[in-house]
Amino acid sequence: MSAPETSQAVVKGLVVPGLPQPLLTPEANEGYARLRGAFERAREEILESGADVIIVYSTMWPSIIGHQVQALARPKWVHVDELFHDLGSIPYEFRIDTELAGGICDSAHARGLTARTVAYEGFPIDTGSVVALQLLNPGNELPAVILSSNVYADRSETVVFGKSVVDALESQGKKAAVVVVMTLSNRLFTRFIDPTEDRIHSDKDEEWNQKLLEFFAAGRLEDVAQLSREIHKQIRIPKVVNFKPMWWLSSVMGANNNYEGKVHGYAPLYGTGGAVISLTPAAAGVGIKEFDEGEVEVFTGNRDVLGGASPAPAATATTAAEPKAARRAGAAPVHEVPAGEPATALRTDAAPKPVGAYPHARRVGDLLFLSGVGPRQAGDDSIPGGPIHDEQGQPLDYDVYAQTRAVIANIERILESSGSSIDKVLDVTVFLVDMDRDFEAFNRAYRETFEGIGATRTTIAVRALPTPIAVEFKVLAAAGDA
Amino acid sequence: MTAGRIVAGALAPHPPHLIYAENPPQNEPTAECGWETLRWGYERLRADLAERDVDVLVVHSPHWQTYVGTHLLGVPHFDSISVDPIFPNLFRYHYELDVDVDLAEAIHAEGEREGLEMKMMRNPDFRVDYGTIVSCHLARPDWDLPIVGISSNRSSSYYAVEVMQEMATALGRATRRAIEASGKRAALLCSSSLSHRHFTDEAAVPEDMSREHITSHALYLWDMQLLELIRKGETRQMVDIMPEFITQAISEMDAGSFAWLMSALDYPTKPGEIYAYGTVIGTGNAVVGWFPEEVAVS
Repeated sequence: MSAPETSQAVVKGLVVPGLPQPLLTPEANEGYARLRGAFERAREEILESGADVIIVYSTMWPSIIGHQVQALARPKWVHVDELFHDLGSIPYEFRIDTELAGGICDSAHARGLTARTVAYEGFPIDTGSVVALQLLNPGNELPAVILSSNVYADRSETVVFGKSVVDALESQGKKAAVVVVMTLSNRLFTRFIDPTEDRIHSDKDEEWNQKLLEFFAAGRLEDVAQLSREIHKQIRIPKVVNFKPMWWLSSVMGANNNYEGKVHGYAPLYGTGGAVISLTPAAAGVGIKEFDEGEVEVFTGNRDVLGGASPAPAATATTAAEPKAARRAGAAPVHEVPAGEPATALRTDAAPKPVGAYPHARRVGDLLFLSGVGPRQAGDDSIPGGPIHDEQGQPLDYDVYAQTRAVIANIERILESSGSSIDKVLDVTVFLVDMDRDFEAFNRAYRETFEGIGATRTTIAVRALPTPIAVEFKVLAAAGDA
Repeated sequence: MTAGRIVAGALAPHPPHLIYAENPPQNEPTAECGWETLRWGYERLRADLAERDVDVLVVHSPHWQTYVGTHLLGVPHFDSISVDPIFPNLFRYHYELDVDVDLAEAIHAEGEREGLEMKMMRNPDFRVDYGTIVSCHLARPDWDLPIVGISSNRSSSYYAVEVMQEMATALGRATRRAIEASGKRAALLCSSSLSHRHFTDEAAVPEDMSREHITSHALYLWDMQLLELIRKGETRQMVDIMPEFITQAISEMDAGSFAWLMSALDYPTKPGEIYAYGTVIGTGNAVVGWFPEEVAVS
């Protein structure tokens, strides 16, 4: 087996524990203090690595609908752990790279995975992610992205998700420090203990932990990944299906053993094995072994339990002329077209519901006229990049780049549902609520899609738009068969 | 002081989809419809609860997971937002609730007498889990009663389902004794689904009921077996088959919520009132009520 080509996009890999003791009570136990110091050395390594962003994959954030990616620009909360609530509260405010979050989802879709961004005020970011970012990036020196761990995913899905992250980094020209939040053995004590009495739960767990530390110190990441199923059986309680974080980390770092490994600290955390480990890509290492489990590029597992239909957001437009029965027989979700609306009106569930009595598009001759398109998401009306003000009208920080990308994605869906495509756009009118603040970022996102298409464009500043969004497009396009 | 008693017990599942479909003012997202069978079943449960004089709701939730001990809410008042970590697109619910701390402390004390590891949760910044919020809202949407929130100890992950059952059974006894000593009339909520295999995709319109069904026939058969036992009043048999059910139906009853409820109700022999059965994103859910005043005396 030849060595897979390693991406230059990941400059550092880290393994850190997510339990809150090193953050909240480092003084309670010498081991907790040792881990706190280890976090500090890992933080310095990240700063020196040249990383543009920190990507956290947390085993303490389980998801079900594929993988989820945190995409709120400035998530803020006072977090309390559900188990160790007596150790205190953790106020936080993080800086999220929303552009990369969206890119990771796009890349995941391209590789056959289900994934979605979450951008909601008050979303419960898990203890592990909070602890990791508080200790590794306390001043938000770098933006971050947080990824969930899918409950049902096994190796292929997890490996492909790792590759999706690399795809997104490479397409955006970014370098990342990637962080896996997990303990080694994860068996907690089932009785309350005094912190001074903390120890690894059993000798067996300790022996396995030492073996893993030996592998990590030698940079043998893919070897650990190949052992994941055995590790799961030996030292992990079955909270989730299989021990998957090493599959993800090895995938995102190139699936080899060529790293400089460093164990910054190791200590018991309420019976579990907490270790802070860094892995730096190196020219050589212990070499490639004869791995039992090979590469996976695209996820082809059958998750289609919804009845043979395409998963969201694929959808088919419908027209008033199409019989109801025919629509019911079809697989794609459709909206009823209001009575009296002309047959040339087009509506699709792939785009957000209109906020008034109008269709998404209407065809006249060879032309498609689209209603104003904003960034709201189909199904839940969430706004990538966040709303521009709260329900009381108080201004909020928002990301117009992410909003513009979402607008363009909605336009693509409407056009494709109408049988056309983005390259057939003829004319665009853009409405911005804050030209001075937003033009540059909007223009950057616009250029990424429209450069080369040759559509004419007019950009106008307006006082407000009907929903709390910063940008809306009005589009005229050629029909697909024109 | 008159003796307290358990006046009702309910299997009260917590899919946030049911609140999403109901469009209460507390929830930010809105829906057109959805999961009517279960929601209408909950309406009938509410009506039966409303006919009884209830002082407090006691809820055991699989979504407050504590791997060390059983914990109880110990702060008198909470006011925050609950965002579902799995379905944040559907559930962003602003809640305000009162806690019966006295009763919680009494259950804590009785639990310790049973040899269980118990802890009161005193941190005012704590966010109440969405399972507790959903079950309480659906059983009593006015939030005019205080609650006692009990975490689920995950002993099944460390030992075996049988150990979990023993511990949950002890917790049920402790809960019953504490309620009887309190002089209060309590309704107990077991916040749990039956079979628990989710879809891993979501329809573009989540409330599109043409896409809703049980994940597999095998899980449906298991759900029906449990409901048949409920219909016959054979609750001890239900608890007996629970280890196999949990494994075969991938059930979240490994949290102990159902064993806790049955123990607290002292294994009712009269058939439970099945208000509804339906699926939510592939999982099996039933709304069921037991009313001890009506238990047949054998």
